[in-house]
Amino acid sequence: MAKSSDERVNHGTIERSTTLLFVLSFLVVAIGGLVEVVPLFRLDETIKPVEGVRPYTPLEQIGRNIYTREGCYTCHSQQVRPFRDEVERYGHYSIAAESMYDHPFLWGSKRTGPDLARLGGKYSNAWHVAHMINPRDVVPVSIMPAYPFLQERELKFDDIGEHLQALSKVGVPYDGVAILSAADDVRAQATGEKTEALLARYPGARIGDFDGQPGRITEMDALIAYLQVLGTMVDFSKVRVDGKKE
Amino acid sequence: MGAATLQEGRGDAIPGYDEQIVRWFVLATIVWALIGLAAGLFIALQLTFPSLNFSEYATFGRLRPIHVSGVVLAFAGNALFATSLYVVQRTCHVGLWGGRQLSMLVFFGYQLFLILAMTGYPLGITQSKEYAEPEWYADLLLLAVWLVYLTIYTGTLARRREPHIYVANWFYLAFIITVAVLHIVNNLAMPVSFVGTKSYSQFAGVQDALIQWWYGHNMIGFFLTAGFIGMMYYFVPKQAERPIYSYRLSIVHFWALIFLYIWAGPHHLHYSALPDWAQTLGAAFSIMLWIPSWGGMINGIMTLSGAWGKLRTDPILRFLVVAVAFYGMATFEGPLMSIKAVNALSHYTDWTVGHVHSGALGWVAFMVFGAIYYLVPRLWRAPLWSHRLVEWHFWIATIAIVLYITAMWVAGIAQGLMWRAYDQFGFLQYSFADSVAMLHPYYLVRALGGLLYLIGAVLMTINVVMTIRDSKAGRRESVPTEQGGADPSLQSALAAKR
Repeated sequence: MAKSSDERVNHGTIERSTTLLFVLSFLVVAIGGLVEVVPLFRLDETIKPVEGVRPYTPLEQIGRNIYTREGCYTCHSQQVRPFRDEVERYGHYSIAAESMYDHPFLWGSKRTGPDLARLGGKYSNAWHVAHMINPRDVVPVSIMPAYPFLQERELKFDDIGEHLQALSKVGVPYDGVAILSAADDVRAQATGEKTEALLARYPGARIGDFDGQPGRITEMDALIAYLQVLGTMVDFSKVRVDGKKE
Repeated sequence: MGAATLQEGRGDAIPGYDEQIVRWFVLATIVWALIGLAAGLFIALQLTFPSLNFSEYATFGRLRPIHVSGVVLAFAGNALFATSLYVVQRTCHVGLWGGRQLSMLVFFGYQLFLILAMTGYPLGITQSKEYAEPEWYADLLLLAVWLVYLTIYTGTLARRREPHIYVANWFYLAFIITVAVLHIVNNLAMPVSFVGTKSYSQFAGVQDALIQWWYGHNMIGFFLTAGFIGMMYYFVPKQAERPIYSYRLSIVHFWALIFLYIWAGPHHLHYSALPDWAQTLGAAFSIMLWIPSWGGMINGIMTLSGAWGKLRTDPILRFLVVAVAFYGMATFEGPLMSIKAVNALSHYTDWTVGHVHSGALGWVAFMVFGAIYYLVPRLWRAPLWSHRLVEWHFWIATIAIVLYITAMWVAGIAQGLMWRAYDQFGFLQYSFADSVAMLHPYYLVRALGGLLYLIGAVLMTINVVMTIRDSKAGRRESVPTEQGGADPSLQSALAAKR
């Protein structure tokens, strides 16, 4: 087709053809997405592991699912920005490798409550239990909902192997043994008994009776196990992060 | 393919046009508006009075997706179906491709999707991705419904009896295509079991974040913008009875808008672990986006050239024009907030919530209200029951928006400033809890704004129900309908500009 200097004539061609309008719209829309998304799957900065980062233990992963189920991400972010005030308030700014096993990511978009990316280890298990049962008992001005039922409900983890299997299919390195021992690993982490295999698979995992109810494994155990691991995998006194943001 | 088939039904229906499906989508729009707005009011009150989180199944975290899906996918979504299927028939001078059965499939399929999604949220079934909360089984249903919708729409365009595809349809088509692509990519996930509800996202961490906000921002860019600009290009000229201001501007801003929008997602991830180049690219394109956005706004508002006086007397036109004005405001604020230095303050605060709602309440919902008031008398062939009530709806809703967004601006900026404030000794001045306590009065004002907005929607519902009753009772004098579906103002508009 001869190129015309009159752009209205050219556009007339497009708006007379459903096919042309369809195909051109699709192409124009496709460009931006491809240019931005594709490189992220190939850049070292976003796919390189950092020492200390490991997949979640089965108990932590169930806790993470409870966090998702309750919509905690609607009010809490998990991404510390590299600002002086945020680093002082929350801890080291977040790096990409820390969420490399997060399917899905839970960075959030709103801080109705504080950021939780570095919550792990800041408060005792007992504080978390009290806070979940009634947030206003420990933070009087809190507007967070209360979650007393977590403390009562027995944790359902008979299908945790299938969950790990699904996660391994999307790229989390759980091997066959980890999948087969998933239920045992839940029991070991929540009770503190027979933990050698668990700790070999998941170095540094926090062990113990998280909900303060020995002899029971509740949803509270799983959620607190997850909250206590948040942001603790990388030891920033040992790992040198690319310094360009500092 | 021959001319449109005649359809049975109401004696005075325009032959060949499927208006029944549009009526259903209009009614669904109104029902979901009430549900979505009521859910929004309730969760706003929960943030003000936390004791309202009275049940495991009714906490803020579980109800928020009902509000978000309720207003975005259900209310705005049904309005997009209603108007696009109405507009494509009128501007192509032909009935829907595929006939009544196929369009009914889209209607019932979409309502089923919405019900599946929203009954899951109180049970904690969610993918946790904003605007993409429905789990895999609902996503598959939506995908099927959407592809049928795309086929009906494209098929209708292809057999049009007009040489040119009218500009509203460019925007509707780009919206339907892009949403299909976004939906497929962002919802790629591995179900734990095919009899269970839980799935795990195909992507992780940084990649998942970027894909989610590529999706999320373009749900705003295409679902809530391109589709609604399509609406603007039909209903504003029709209600004003004036041609579109500039044909050339509509071409330029169409291509610029759909090209630039798709890049803007990373501004949701400023200062995160996303690589800096992607953040900067997102910010740069977001700022560029200001220009085509205002191109659309100017084209919409200037369509009133020579008809400004109608704003004094016609509350329906006022809804449509104020919608476009809010579009202009929100698309100025958006690029501003995507500048990294501004975003450092605004991100994670209620300023973002205020920004979203100036777009949602001001642009999206006002455009829908205007379109509903335009459509209902024509679809049911009876004059609107009360114009006075439309006036009341307009002013109550406008006051509601002002209360809502000013409260959120003040709250958000105050929050951002408190988080970064230092005292004279160099310590952080406020605890996080201090900032929460500060918000209480603003959250109260916001809830009041939400209440007023809901009252406005109830007035609209009464008006529509009474109009339909009038129609059933046979009171049908002075019906503003175009026999044969010709759109003289639009066609002459295009002809004049050529």
